[in-house]
Amino acid sequence: MKINITINGALYEREAPENVTLLHFLRECVGLTGTKEGCGGGECGACTVLLDDRAVNACLVLAAEVDGKSVRTIEGEMRDGVPSALQAAFAKRHAVQCGFCTPGVVMSARALIERNPKPSVEEIKEGLEGNFCRCTGYVQIIEAVLEATGQPARVQELSHA
Amino acid sequence: MLETANSETLRQIGRSPVRHDVADKLTGAALYVSDMTLPGMLHAQVKQSPHARAKIRRIDVSRAERLPGVRAILTGHDLAYRLGLYVVDKDILAKDEVRHFGEAVAAVAADTRAIAHAAVELIEVEYEVLTPILNHMDALAPGAPLVHPDLASYDFVEAAFSPQPGTNIANLTKCRKGDVEEGFAEAEWIVEREYTNPSVQHVPMETHVAIAQWKSGDRVDIWTSAQSPFTVRDLFCHTFRLPLSNVRVVIPNVGGGFGGKAGIHLEPLVACLSRKAGGRPVKFQATREEEFSLLPCRSALTYRIKTGVLADGRIIAQKMEMFWDAGAYADYAVNVTRATGYSAGGPYEIPNAWVDAYTVYTNKPYGTAYRGFGHVEFFWGLERHMELVAQTIGMDPLEFRRKNLLKPGSLTLTGEMITEHNGDVRKCLDSVAQAIGYGALTPVEKAREARTGLKIGKGVATLHKAPAMPPFTATSVVVKMNSDGTVIANVGLTDIGQGSTTAFAQIAAERLKFPLSKVRVTIEKDTDRDPYDWQTVASKGLMLTGNALILACADLLDKAYETAAQALRADVCDLDHDGEKIFIVHRPERSVTFAQLSIGYTYPDGSAIGGPLIGVGRYTAQGLTNLDKGSGQGLPALDWTYGAHGIIVEVNPTTGAYHILKIASAYDVGKAINLESVRGQCIGGMMQGLGTALCEGYIYDQQGHLLNPSFTDNKIPTSKDLPDEIECIIVETAQLDGPYGARGVGEHPMISVGPALGNAILNATGAELTHMPIRGEDVWRAMNSKAPVETWITKTPVGSCRSLPVYR
Repeated sequence: MKINITINGALYEREAPENVTLLHFLRECVGLTGTKEGCGGGECGACTVLLDDRAVNACLVLAAEVDGKSVRTIEGEMRDGVPSALQAAFAKRHAVQCGFCTPGVVMSARALIERNPKPSVEEIKEGLEGNFCRCTGYVQIIEAVLEATGQPARVQELSHA
Repeated sequence: MLETANSETLRQIGRSPVRHDVADKLTGAALYVSDMTLPGMLHAQVKQSPHARAKIRRIDVSRAERLPGVRAILTGHDLAYRLGLYVVDKDILAKDEVRHFGEAVAAVAADTRAIAHAAVELIEVEYEVLTPILNHMDALAPGAPLVHPDLASYDFVEAAFSPQPGTNIANLTKCRKGDVEEGFAEAEWIVEREYTNPSVQHVPMETHVAIAQWKSGDRVDIWTSAQSPFTVRDLFCHTFRLPLSNVRVVIPNVGGGFGGKAGIHLEPLVACLSRKAGGRPVKFQATREEEFSLLPCRSALTYRIKTGVLADGRIIAQKMEMFWDAGAYADYAVNVTRATGYSAGGPYEIPNAWVDAYTVYTNKPYGTAYRGFGHVEFFWGLERHMELVAQTIGMDPLEFRRKNLLKPGSLTLTGEMITEHNGDVRKCLDSVAQAIGYGALTPVEKAREARTGLKIGKGVATLHKAPAMPPFTATSVVVKMNSDGTVIANVGLTDIGQGSTTAFAQIAAERLKFPLSKVRVTIEKDTDRDPYDWQTVASKGLMLTGNALILACADLLDKAYETAAQALRADVCDLDHDGEKIFIVHRPERSVTFAQLSIGYTYPDGSAIGGPLIGVGRYTAQGLTNLDKGSGQGLPALDWTYGAHGIIVEVNPTTGAYHILKIASAYDVGKAINLESVRGQCIGGMMQGLGTALCEGYIYDQQGHLLNPSFTDNKIPTSKDLPDEIECIIVETAQLDGPYGARGVGEHPMISVGPALGNAILNATGAELTHMPIRGEDVWRAMNSKAPVETWITKTPVGSCRSLPVYR
């Protein structure tokens, strides 16, 4: 079937099977591979994108359901080559290691701060609960979200004995 | 130390520059193998065994072959090759007999994933189901059925391993120091107990994935999500008897490894499918369920420890028996057994020690390397045991540990003498004890207990680990200068997320005296283009590759100075340089820029000298030896990284539910190259260690079906599972032969989180835990002195796995 989806502000028209997920539509029909597949079962959050401003697991959404709607992915986070405040904070706070969960984490954080511009640590933990990260242990990610929202990151620096 | 670590003069080391790989990873531009598509690429699927142990009576692929779009089908007997890192025991696809649930028996390559999947469904396999050997202790019993009846005929690495044909023992490592029976005879107390933990999955966020193209002339290109490009290439070529120059392995970004991508896994199968399909590239990416059952996990362990203690609290003798559950294939489990066999006593001085470490075959998915390489598992038992011994002899557990810690002059289990430069385990232990306010509860904590009705407890645990690697482990680096004076370093070590790319750029910039912006380390690895590195494992990369990099930078500078001396008509001894140029020390206005020297210096008349500036550095571990197979004596340790964890826990005394209030961790890293990277390793490793400590583990039914190969039933920690407070402490006792004094800390934060938690729960409630993970119900059982229930090979076969094959 023909599916029209606005992705990061641009309209994409693609012929795709009716059972293709939004995740595979993005990765395989459009070629935007920034959104990752970690489990394909809605459990790990690696494929998180914003669907009409709400964070969803793209592996659990059929592309056909999204026909005519608007989706934001990690590829839309940078504008005119300038990183967003969120991206800058993730870089500064070392909130990235292997990077495979990162696009999904950033999109969850994006959804969180758009509905809650000054989230507390507890609210950040809650907001990112659906995103597995096996590398970082989450702390530097939480600090990055605090930093991006202009809040003093409650950072416990590495101390020397 | 290759370069002195005078903190005042260091400009790049010991800071926290932004990671060099982060821009691509934050924009979706970073390429992983799972993102790759090649022209004409086919997609593979495998047919997995629904049985843990069965004879394959018949495989019929005829219906699958007739499906349009199917380009290649393989079964075990099509492939006359056997694989194995140390014991060559694994067919690429099972032949005649399947040895674990989820083992691949056939594979298909087709135009699309959907066709490949449909084809796999059409393959008919007739099995004769046999009773599996599931528990590794049962597998040791005389007369137990053999997982590998032909063990005697397998090739293996004789210098390091000892398979026992006619048994299920894939390897037996022995270590003997002093006379353990004489030691026990002198002991005032003898304390003995057994500790266990189940198999665990690594859970890299990117599952295993490989693309291979077997081209004409037996030239093979492989793109793979793997840790060690040269190991993949070398083992691949060994298996297929190809010259190393025929095979090229490329590794772009890797979405996590943790040891699970250390060896060779999907690559041979995918390459064989490509060959069968006429040389078209073939891609296979494991599903999350396949990651649990087709690909390897971490071995289960049963650890028996018997300790003899003198009247003054000094350990006089310790007998240690380790039983590692290899699962169906030996893979890295035999080397985990070897490495833990010589580390089994922890950072303690044990005058009389006796270790027997067994690797045992069972009919379960097989064990491989996992961050910590066995130390996470055995330190669970060892540090719970130290607590038990201290209790038994009536000494404070912290004091008991302090009394027995290794110190300069101590001999390790293999006879290596510890010096003051090996690191300061006592300082690590004391730092975490102080950070958690070890000992009696504070008035605030007591008031909290009174208010909540919950019990607060504190516990500590130490750790150590040396890289598990051959004594001759080598690496090399090439540093190339561009014509604008910027530098690119090619290293064979893979950055699987640990941050080595950035740390190496800092080391190169430091040694070259260049700004960091002028140095880049390549992220993509390519065995045709990059210089050799053994493997990205063992927390040895920083030290070995760091040293080679320093030597490569020095080599590049030597060559630049040689040309500059001619260009400036000066002696090399009168030259110095900064980030831009080489100049004459006493006539600094006379200089030549690196850009002018970078591809050879050209005089005004057009004639030229020198040539492109390339520095080469190589480094081999120094002074290590194989271990004597009878006594385990020798020098296996490149370095020892010491550390400790302290935990404050709050436990519900009625239900056993608990919550971690604080974890403090300290490691002697020698010298922190990138502070925030070190902190990321500390916290990330601690959290992965908490996963092992809190909840993770493989659950089987009595027939050996894996019941929880999904994140629904096999949970890993999320942001909500963070302890309330985390404190990371580093100790910096310079490693004499480390780059700027540094030693590795990639694996260590995961070790001993479990026992620190177990000890804290013990001190809160009196619950004596001997099994990890520690779930709320385990605490409840231990508090109520109910015997542990075997829930890992369960009698209640209930799993909610979506794609569990139909097996009845």
